[in-house]
This record gives sequence, structure tokens and C-alpha cells, in this order.
Amino acid sequence: MSGQTAILDYPEQEFILPGNRLCAGCGVTIAYRFILKALGKKTIICVPACCLTILHGIYPKTPIMATTVNNTFAGTASAASGFAAGLKATGREDWHVLAMAGDGGTFDMGLQSLSGAAERGENIIYVCYDNEAYMNTGSQRSSATPPGALTSTTPVTPKQQLKKDFMKIMEAHWLPYMAGVSSAYPGDVYKKFVKARDIGGTRFFHLAAPCPTGWWYPTKDTVKIGRMMVESCIFPLYEIEEGRLSLTGKSLSIARSGGKKPVDEYIALQGRFKKITPEQVAQFQKQVDKQWQALLARAGF
Amino acid sequence: MEQTLILTGAQAAAEAARLCRVQVVAAYPITPQSKIPETLAGYVERGMLKAQFVRVESEHSALGVCIAASTVGARAFTATASNGLAYMHEQLHWAAGSRVPIVMPVANRGVGAPWTILNDCQDSVSQRDTGWMQFYCMNNQEVLDLVVVAFKAAEKLLIPCMVCFDGFLLSHTFMPVAIPGQREVDSFLPPYVPFHALDPENPVNINPVVTSEPLADPDGVLSPGYMGFRHRLQKTHEQALEVIGQTGREFGELFGRSYAEPLFGYRTDDADFVFVAMGAIVGEAAEAADALREQGVKAGVFGLRVYRPFPARQLYEALRERRAVAVIEKAISYGYEGALTSELKASFYGKGGPAPVISNFIAGLGGKEVATSDLMQAANASIAAARNSTPPERAQWIGC
Repeated sequence: MSGQTAILDYPEQEFILPGNRLCAGCGVTIAYRFILKALGKKTIICVPACCLTILHGIYPKTPIMATTVNNTFAGTASAASGFAAGLKATGREDWHVLAMAGDGGTFDMGLQSLSGAAERGENIIYVCYDNEAYMNTGSQRSSATPPGALTSTTPVTPKQQLKKDFMKIMEAHWLPYMAGVSSAYPGDVYKKFVKARDIGGTRFFHLAAPCPTGWWYPTKDTVKIGRMMVESCIFPLYEIEEGRLSLTGKSLSIARSGGKKPVDEYIALQGRFKKITPEQVAQFQKQVDKQWQALLARAGF
Repeated sequence: MEQTLILTGAQAAAEAARLCRVQVVAAYPITPQSKIPETLAGYVERGMLKAQFVRVESEHSALGVCIAASTVGARAFTATASNGLAYMHEQLHWAAGSRVPIVMPVANRGVGAPWTILNDCQDSVSQRDTGWMQFYCMNNQEVLDLVVVAFKAAEKLLIPCMVCFDGFLLSHTFMPVAIPGQREVDSFLPPYVPFHALDPENPVNINPVVTSEPLADPDGVLSPGYMGFRHRLQKTHEQALEVIGQTGREFGELFGRSYAEPLFGYRTDDADFVFVAMGAIVGEAAEAADALREQGVKAGVFGLRVYRPFPARQLYEALRERRAVAVIEKAISYGYEGALTSELKASFYGKGGPAPVISNFIAGLGGKEVATSDLMQAANASIAAARNSTPPERAQWIGC
């Protein structure tokens, strides 16, 4: 992918009005703003019980200027499928269906309906915004929580297990388009959604959404933390089109020119890792290196 | 043009969906419902029905698809049974709260554990409090007719509706069914218009978080709180019997089979004993009533076609002059008695005046055979209880 969109060339229309109920410093909003700019006003957003429910506000007020329909926790992808079917049946296929669910609603409870929708090739864009725990209910452990992190259900002994490699699960569904994106790189988010917008079928995005509330870092550091995830290759930026993987943005430049950072500083900045042992940090680094090497090999480096 | 075909209940339900021109079908197979989605899939693939058929991976998703499709203005249809209906439970509440007029046949089957694939009504009766309307069918003609009536009533009221019929006893049994002409059904059932028109210039946030107390919108107008929305659903349910009655009457004027009344009566005019039941067992109760009359008992039957909204006033009117009532139920509220029995008794509360002695019989769970002689024994026990003024304290289990 080449060519940056100049800042003046992004659509002027804002779909998220100033003032919303999310925590200060929330990573989700930064990316969400650009996702909606890329998709435009003919978009139906499906939202399960998640942080986004809070962003969308309390009845009868909402800061979101796009049609939203809330659905059950496990039912985001089935709701999205229903919108796609209903719009097709009534001749309105010019609308986009955008499903936005957290890691709880995607990695865990929503997995069945998402797998069903992806296997059927439903004409939807599904975004998992990943803040690595059940943040909406008070930062309980999820299968997306990294090892070494404290959560409210691993309050004394940090999580021991590895984070689920969700992109592998989604790749097993032969999707036409998948991408890893980060709230810290909204330009990359925008470009990928513009591209995905005009592809049919099920498109899947894994969005890294740093969370000051659950990760225990100062609210001003969301973009910094997000960048460190990419710079240390914990969360690389890439896309997979019909099985072809290409690195994008900062991850592409690391692949080309080096400069990959160790995970230590990223870990040290967050309170959730305060009980991580040196062995776990080494393990963390080893896992990141292994996954990065695999990505590099697939991307032809 | 109307024609008569020999159909199973499952085929009749599918035929009704085709006649109603459903636009989105999403269903997951479960015995004894499977023939409904199979038949509709064939209709769609052969071009006999212009609809999106979504082959979902579960019942939870089947209803999830229907809720969304209905929200954007597509007439949506699914069908299920037993554990499949139980798996939908969360979505049942969501559908009723969303006020989407989905119609869903339920081919009634017992719920595990232990497994049974055979018939009782525990599946749908257990979902009584989810905010859906529930119709019960006595035969395959009613399956077809009540699906059509259900769509019209549901779309007027914006309340989803289950059309329940006994698994195997109806779903897999062939009966003659009069199929109305497409043009007549089209004139009866106009295209579905959703509550919210999808408009990019006027976006809405449907089913967000609602507070307990009403809040003002940006113009200062108070909007309902959570309880306000729930109250609206109940108020609409309270008007629903009238709307269902009108719709059933209109259906009768067009097709000659009226569903104006929520109750079906058989030989009730002079009956001092009546059975009360729902579903196919109403037919068996009618046979038992005939046999009882041969023995000199003035016996009759009332079958409930509409269970939710509950026709309390109609039942009270129908039963208050009787001496004895036997409520035959294929479901139980464990720890007490059949739910229909409790509700029937409650309809007499505070009325004063005469009231029958009401006996409750649990029968036919998991497909257990209910013989005419079983029902006659139940009748005789009920009549004896009335004669001795000793209303039974507990539900009696037939055959256990």
C-alpha cells in the first residue's frame, strides 16, 4: 500500500461529535473516527455490549451521526448478517454494514456467530477493537489478555496463558481482506478501510486499542503506547488480501530498515505488568519475535 | 386460486411463509422443525420465493439475523423447536424489546435433559414471558392459516409471534390443507413497513442504554426510561387480542375460516364438564368428549389458539357456568403446576359468583401416548372432584 492521504484530504464530515462517555484517553475513538470517515454516512453499525455502547451514549442522546443498532453480546456477526440480508432483500446494497465488537465479544463470546458469518462470506466489515480484557465490565481477563498482565479476575497472579492468535482463526475462513491496524496510526486505518469498503464479502480488522483504564498508564500516553506496540512488533500493521500478506506503514519500514524495539519499555510503562517476572518478560519477547519472524517470512523479507 | 394439498405441518408452515412473501429466512435445523427451512431453501433455490436464505450456524444467530433484517424493513421468518428455542432465549427477549414483527413456527418438542425428540409443549410454554405472542394450532390447516394471520397481527402491533404446533403429531403428519391463492394473500397482507425508515440524513441509535428514569432529549422533550419502554410493550399486548381478533375475522371473510376468537369451542353449549387444552391434543379431547357424551356426560372442549396475550376474560366467560374443568397440559412449571392452569384459576379471582372446580393433568411429555381412555378418566376424576367439592391440590400426571 502506498500514498498517504494528506490531512486536508480526509472527509470533513465528523461522525463522532465532541463529548462522549468513554474514558479519557480511550484508544478506540481515534480509530473509530477514521473508520466512519472512510465508510461514510450510508453505514449501519452493529454494536454488542461493549465499551462502544458507552461511546454511543445514553438514550435519548448520542454523539454518533450514523445509524446504529445495538445487539446481544454474542450476536454481533449474526446481526451484521441480518442487516446484509435485509438490505439485499430490499434493494439497498449501497449501504455498508460495520460490526464493531471488543475482544470479549469477538475472541470469546461472539466467536461462534463470527465464524458462521465469515464462513458464509457475509457482506460485512467486522472490526474487533482489542483492548485486551473485558474493559466495559471492569477489566476482567479475556483470551486476548497477554501473559503477565494483571486483570480484575487475575488480580494477584498475572495471566499465565498466551494471547489467542485470532488472525489465524480468521484466516482459516479464507477471507478476501483482513488487516491489523492500530489506533496510534489513524492514517493507516483510514487507507485500509477505504480499500476494504469496496471489496465484497467478509472483511475483518483487528484493531489495537490501548486502554489507560485497564492497562494502567497515564491517559496522555495512548498514542505513545500504541506506537510502542507497533515499534516493538507486538502488534504489527499489515493486510492480507486473498491470502497475500503485506506489511504496511511503520511495520513495513521496520521490515525494510530495522529499528525493532524490545518489549521491555512497553511493559515497564504499564501498571498491569507490575507483577510480571523477568522470565515472563523473556517469554513475552520470545513469542513476539517468533510471530514477527513468521510475518516477515510471509511478507517476503 | 385456492387449492387443497395433502401436507405435513412443517410443509404447511413453509407454504405459509412462501405465501407471505417472506424476504429473509434464517434458520438452524432441529428435529422436528427441519423440514420447514429445507422446504423454504428449495423454494428460494428454485426461484419460487424471492428471499435471502441465511444458513446460520445456530438458533441464536437465526433470530439475530431475523431481528436485524426486520429492523431494516425485510419480512423475516425463522422456525425452531425444543433446545433450539431455549438457545434463542436471549434473542427472544431482544426481539420483543426491539418490537420487530418476526413470525416463528415452533414445532413443539420436549426439552433435554434427558434427550427426547418427541412432542410436548415445554419448549414454548417456558418462553411465555419473553414478550412474544404465542398461537397454538390444532391441525395443519391452522398452521398455515395462523402463520398468515400472525404476520398481519405482528406487523400491526410490532410484536413478534410464535406459531406453535406439535412436533411429529402435526409436523410430520399429512392432512388436507386448503392453500389460499397468492393474490388473495397479497390483498390480506400488505408489504411490511418498518417503524424506522433507514435514512443516512437522520441516523438513529436503536436499543442503546436506557436509564431507569426518563431523560430529556436535546430539545428538552422527555423520552421514556427503561420501564417506559417495557410498559409500552405491555400496553400493546393488552390491545393485541382485539387486533388478533379483527385480523382473524378479516381472514375468515376472505378465506372462509375465521380466527376471530382466541378460543375454539367444541360441543360446549350445554356442557357442564369441559376440557381446556392447547395444540393437537384439543382434537383428542374432542374425541373423548364425544365418548363421554355417549355415556351421558355433557362434555365439551375449549382449545386455546392464543396463549399470549392471555385470553383471561374469554376463558372466564367460557368457563364460569361449568361445573368441572380438566386442564390438560403438555408442560409444567416445576415446583407448582401447569402454567395454563394457574392462569386459568387466576382469571376467576375476585369475580364472585359461580366457578368450576379446576383439575390439572400433565400428559404426553416427551411424546408419551395419551389415549382417549386416559382423557375420559381425567374427565371422570374432575367431575368427581366437582361433585365432592374437593378441588385437587396438585397436578395429576397421566400415565405415571
